[in-house]
Amino acid sequence: MTTALKKPSRKVLMEVRGLKKHFEIKKGTFKKEIVEVKAVDGVDFEIYEGETLGIVGESGCGKSTTGEMLLGLLKPTEGTVKFMGKDLTKLNKKELREIRKDIQVIFQDPYSSLNPRMTVEQIIGEPLQLHTSMSKQEIREEVIRLMKVVGLNEEQLKRYPHEFSGGQRQRIGIARALALKPKLIICDEPVSALDVSIQAQILNLLKKLQKEFNLTLVFIAHGLPAVRHISDRIAVMYLGKIVEIAERDELFANPKHPYTEALLSSIPVDHPRLRRKREPLKGDLPNPANPPGGCPFHTRCPYAQEICKTSAPELKDYHEGHLAACHFPIE
Amino acid sequence: MRYFISNVIKIIPVLFLISLIVFILVRVTGDPVALMLPETATDQEREELREALGLNDPLYIQYFNYMKDVLRGDFGDSLRYNQPALGIVLERLPASFTLALSSMAVAVLLSVPAGIYSAIKRNTFSDLIITGASVLGKAMPNFWVGIMLILLFSVNLGIFPVSGSGTLAHLVLPSITLGTGIAAEMTRLIRSSMLEVLNSEYIRTARSKGLHEAFVINKHALRNALIPVVTIMALQTSTLIGGTLITETVFSWPGMGQLLVQAVNLRDMAVVQAATFIIAILVILSNLTADLVYRYLDPRIKYED
Ligand SMILES: Nc1ncnc2c1ncn2[C@@H]1O[C@H](COP(=O)(O)OP(=O)(O)OP(=O)(O)O)[C@@H](O)[C@H]1O
Ligand code: SF4
Ligand SMILES: [Mg+2]
Repeated sequence: MTTALKKPSRKVLMEVRGLKKHFEIKKGTFKKEIVEVKAVDGVDFEIYEGETLGIVGESGCGKSTTGEMLLGLLKPTEGTVKFMGKDLTKLNKKELREIRKDIQVIFQDPYSSLNPRMTVEQIIGEPLQLHTSMSKQEIREEVIRLMKVVGLNEEQLKRYPHEFSGGQRQRIGIARALALKPKLIICDEPVSALDVSIQAQILNLLKKLQKEFNLTLVFIAHGLPAVRHISDRIAVMYLGKIVEIAERDELFANPKHPYTEALLSSIPVDHPRLRRKREPLKGDLPNPANPPGGCPFHTRCPYAQEICKTSAPELKDYHEGHLAACHFPIE
Repeated sequence: MRYFISNVIKIIPVLFLISLIVFILVRVTGDPVALMLPETATDQEREELREALGLNDPLYIQYFNYMKDVLRGDFGDSLRYNQPALGIVLERLPASFTLALSSMAVAVLLSVPAGIYSAIKRNTFSDLIITGASVLGKAMPNFWVGIMLILLFSVNLGIFPVSGSGTLAHLVLPSITLGTGIAAEMTRLIRSSMLEVLNSEYIRTARSKGLHEAFVINKHALRNALIPVVTIMALQTSTLIGGTLITETVFSWPGMGQLLVQAVNLRDMAVVQAATFIIAILVILSNLTADLVYRYLDPRIKYED
């Protein structure tokens, strides 16, 4: 990490405003009782061209749901997702299929995300067949080129997914995502299902490809360590809301939200002098179907006051794009 | 091929076991001599027949002799027809095959579209209707469905013959009777197989490529969902054969099922044994075929050896 970190160009590629997704689930013996899960409950952020935005948070906080809405694969309950001036939430089905050329996704599980009955050539080539007018031969050549880009070889063209290891399968998934030369790729925990030794390889590949193809990435992960090396900015989510968002180094050095601080303090640090006072999260994650009122974090926050139980803090800018939602931000 | 051979070898002990079970069942369910001779026969006559049939030998000798004959395809002569039992059974096979195939066709034609449609439209009114109908279809016994169909279409409307065989029209009602029960079971299984596929990650991947939803369903979902259908169909073979017993009897369809029911009633043990053996072989063969087809269709299985 150099100090002369090059600022990503500040052109907004995607702008998310007031995004919400509420799921209705039926409960009770006769499925009479309808419970609303506020999977995503009003998030605002923008994605700048060429950057990698990390999104972290505990399981069930709405990361994947947010990702699917950014992709246009899931219709939001409320809010807008503007991509290069177009509001994805207002597009019809045909226009949404067209937008797939620009926004792609890499899924978490490389084992189940590839159709077991299609060869690598078919998996990577299908988007090309669909969205371009390339001939069969051209598609094959392009598939081979993409396979080489992600570190697979030509001989594997006719193989089926089950003949590959997890890391190789994720490479197939990446090649498939790259095929249409998208501008934005949503990576939903792309390495968490892989062996630790393979994770670094895939992360490096993504970094390399980002430079090479001038990609913008959204990188979803559970914890901060997983996004540290790849992200330019990081958004921290808790129970369907963004509680803090900042440049990576700023976030690690000066966390403003107690939840971010707690996440940071649970990261093991090598050097004893750098070791933070350990403040592991107390209590369990509240049920997303029944989140606490006021500040959603107040049930677990060491700094919680009376006001936190009744009034929900707004996301406020504290320092050049460092936003946090807390009544008593950490100084 | 190696797989095929090893499976054929595995069949042998199964058949052996079946022969043993049939042998024991025949011997515990009653005295054949009592049935073969008129009531007025003397004890002396009975004893002579026992001796002639080898029924006085120790059980293991009886079994040994029985196996020797079975291996030569000799199940003894039918009491009723005075002909080798195996020949009589095999003669009835084509009629049963015809009924089984057309019933399966009815089942597939009903269940595949219904199962897939209700999976795609899950939790809607149409899904509810289809699921409800398949529960009903499973709950209705074959003989009742058969009789109701006869009452409606033959007796009241006079569209189809009441019973018998010979024309295509004779085949319609028995096929529907037998087919609907199987269709009901298959609809349920196909629906859940399709649902599983539709919820899988690679369907999300397919959607993320920007494919038309119809294309996602046809090309990505359907093909994967239909692989288990082959197994599902094979699993119905035993239901199918069980169903022929009743259906053939209700409609006087001259198949193996009808023959077997009659043979049981008459204690025509040679025929019962021969028919049981043939049925066992058919079930085993259909399972083996299903396995082979399944391997052929699913690349994941094909390459693991
Ligand atoms: N289709 C759905 N129907 C009902 N509830 C859903 C649906 N999808 C997600 N949810 C709920 O919404 C919440 C957020 O889910 P989401 O998958 O976005 O979380 P996540 O942050 O990606 O979690 P993870 O880290 O486990 O992947 C969860 O409580 C989940 O149970
Ligand atoms: S608002 Fe209150 S409860 Fe919420 S994080 Fe800040 S101090 Fe903690
Ligand atoms: Mg997720």
